[in-house]
Amino acid sequence: MPITYTSKEQIEVYRFSLPVTIAVPLIAIFFQAFVPLRFPFFAIFDLPLLVVIFFAVARRSPVAGLITGSLIGIVQDSLTHTPIGLFGIAKGVVGYGASSLGVKLDVENAGSRFLVTVFFYVVHEFIYFMVARGLVGLSLHWSWPHELRSAIANAILAVALFSLLDRFKRRT
Amino acid sequence: MENIISRYRNVSVLVAVLFAQVLLLGVQVKRSEENRSTRLIRVWTVDLITPFEKAIVGVQSGTVNLWHEYFYLRGVRQENRELKQQIERMQLEQVRLNNDAEQSRRLQALMGFKEQFISHTVAAQVIGSSGSERSRVIYIDKVANDGVGKDMPVITSDGVVGKVLNVFHSSSQVLLIDDQTSGVGTILEQSRLQGVLEGTPSGEIILDKIMNDEQVQPGEKVLTSGGDGIFPKGLLIGTVEAAVHGPESFLSIKVKPAADLGRLEEVLVITQKEERAPDVAGTNSRAVDILAQRLPSVPDKPPAATGGGDKKDQTSVTSPTDAPPSGRAAATSTVSKKPGTTGLTPGVSNPAASNSGKNPASERSLPEETAPDSYSVVKPATGTFPAPNQKKVSPPGKPPAVQPQPQTAPAAQQDQPQ
Repeated sequence: MPITYTSKEQIEVYRFSLPVTIAVPLIAIFFQAFVPLRFPFFAIFDLPLLVVIFFAVARRSPVAGLITGSLIGIVQDSLTHTPIGLFGIAKGVVGYGASSLGVKLDVENAGSRFLVTVFFYVVHEFIYFMVARGLVGLSLHWSWPHELRSAIANAILAVALFSLLDRFKRRT
Repeated sequence: MENIISRYRNVSVLVAVLFAQVLLLGVQVKRSEENRSTRLIRVWTVDLITPFEKAIVGVQSGTVNLWHEYFYLRGVRQENRELKQQIERMQLEQVRLNNDAEQSRRLQALMGFKEQFISHTVAAQVIGSSGSERSRVIYIDKVANDGVGKDMPVITSDGVVGKVLNVFHSSSQVLLIDDQTSGVGTILEQSRLQGVLEGTPSGEIILDKIMNDEQVQPGEKVLTSGGDGIFPKGLLIGTVEAAVHGPESFLSIKVKPAADLGRLEEVLVITQKEERAPDVAGTNSRAVDILAQRLPSVPDKPPAATGGGDKKDQTSVTSPTDAPPSGRAAATSTVSKKPGTTGLTPGVSNPAASNSGKNPASERSLPEETAPDSYSVVKPATGTFPAPNQKKVSPPGKPPAVQPQPQTAPAAQQDQPQ
């Protein structure tokens, strides 16, 4: 099983340079907004969410994960016409959860990354769904097949994307 | 207290951040109920992202244009031939459509019907999207300086796309018709049933508010009704894909959009609409004129005969309802004819004319023109019948009793001033 319990002594915490911290989320949001115009199927992916999970797991700091997720989510909200904060809340919780999980589990290999992404994608969608319906009153409907397909597609992309982003990691 | 917070620092921050965002959501929901928007963060983000999108789209379209217009010209001649043939076919079709349109305009004018015309559009390039399936909006590269404003309709040559939702400094946000918050007033082309077009969370488009007992056939075209005050009437939206009985008393009609909303590259923003009665000036508004046009052709009169015939050979035929009051220049159709051939006495006007000289309708619609092909006709005012005592020249449905003008006119007559 790729996910293994690790003691605090075994945990490696990474950090990223400031340009990477700023540029990677912005590029992810840019691609998310631009690519579906030419390739509509790309809308199934959520690149900003994958970036949130990657930074959160690598930094292993719940507060940093929360803030990173919230900021990325708010910027993503700004490009929609729905109220700002829906993605912010969902990605903030995911960032917090992924960091907390990263503290306890080794999520450095492809298998664990796949499973973690599937799990947090569903969590993200669920939180978004609840907040959008409960607080804002949007009429969304939940479709398990669609969510699971999207989760798997995002997890496959995450494995490739995370290995690419691993190059920007710096050991503390 | 401090110990508790420091002990549960992470959870405290989580709660604080989430609470702040929930508060932010609450403020926005409240403001949206008051029709006030929260723009600041959106403006920053859009101004940050869209210039890059604009640049990429510009480079991409430049490269594509260079390739298509200078390098890749295979098959252009064949395509050109096909297009020419297509133009010929369309010209024939256009003649028929023009006739129908003119007839329609005349009828609308008679009814005092006003409709909206698209008087100005701005072409825009699509540069981005929201990137979310739950918010179906796109961004275009035209802004307020280009004449784009909120709630302006956005279309393509295929059909309706959506409406402008927000205008920013470097781009404008367009809400697509398949978004679940979108609503368009529609009418079905054949059955003339009116409904409201709405998007669904899954991205489908449904037509709502049509009763279950109505008959709607798949394939029927869905047009804008103009009832929403945003889209002009008659724009194509799509076709009915399926119609089934809904859970309530309304049909559930699935509509396939005419425009490919997933692959938009260029769109048109309707920046100006004009509401006016159909323009019938320039067309012959009188039924008899139309009738005269449809008569078998008669050889054209020489210009001299038309312009300078003997006054004795000219009959000043006054419309029964168009006779002007005394002192006012008579607007008459002056046509040449042989005296006595039509039953009209030269210079005799209809007695009824004096009673109807102040008819505003006739004053408005009187063109000062020469009747086509030298026919001697009495011109009744549009939409009115001749008075009973009027000398009937051209009974409805029959060619008027006419005499072609002599082909040659004496030289003396040609020199007569008109």
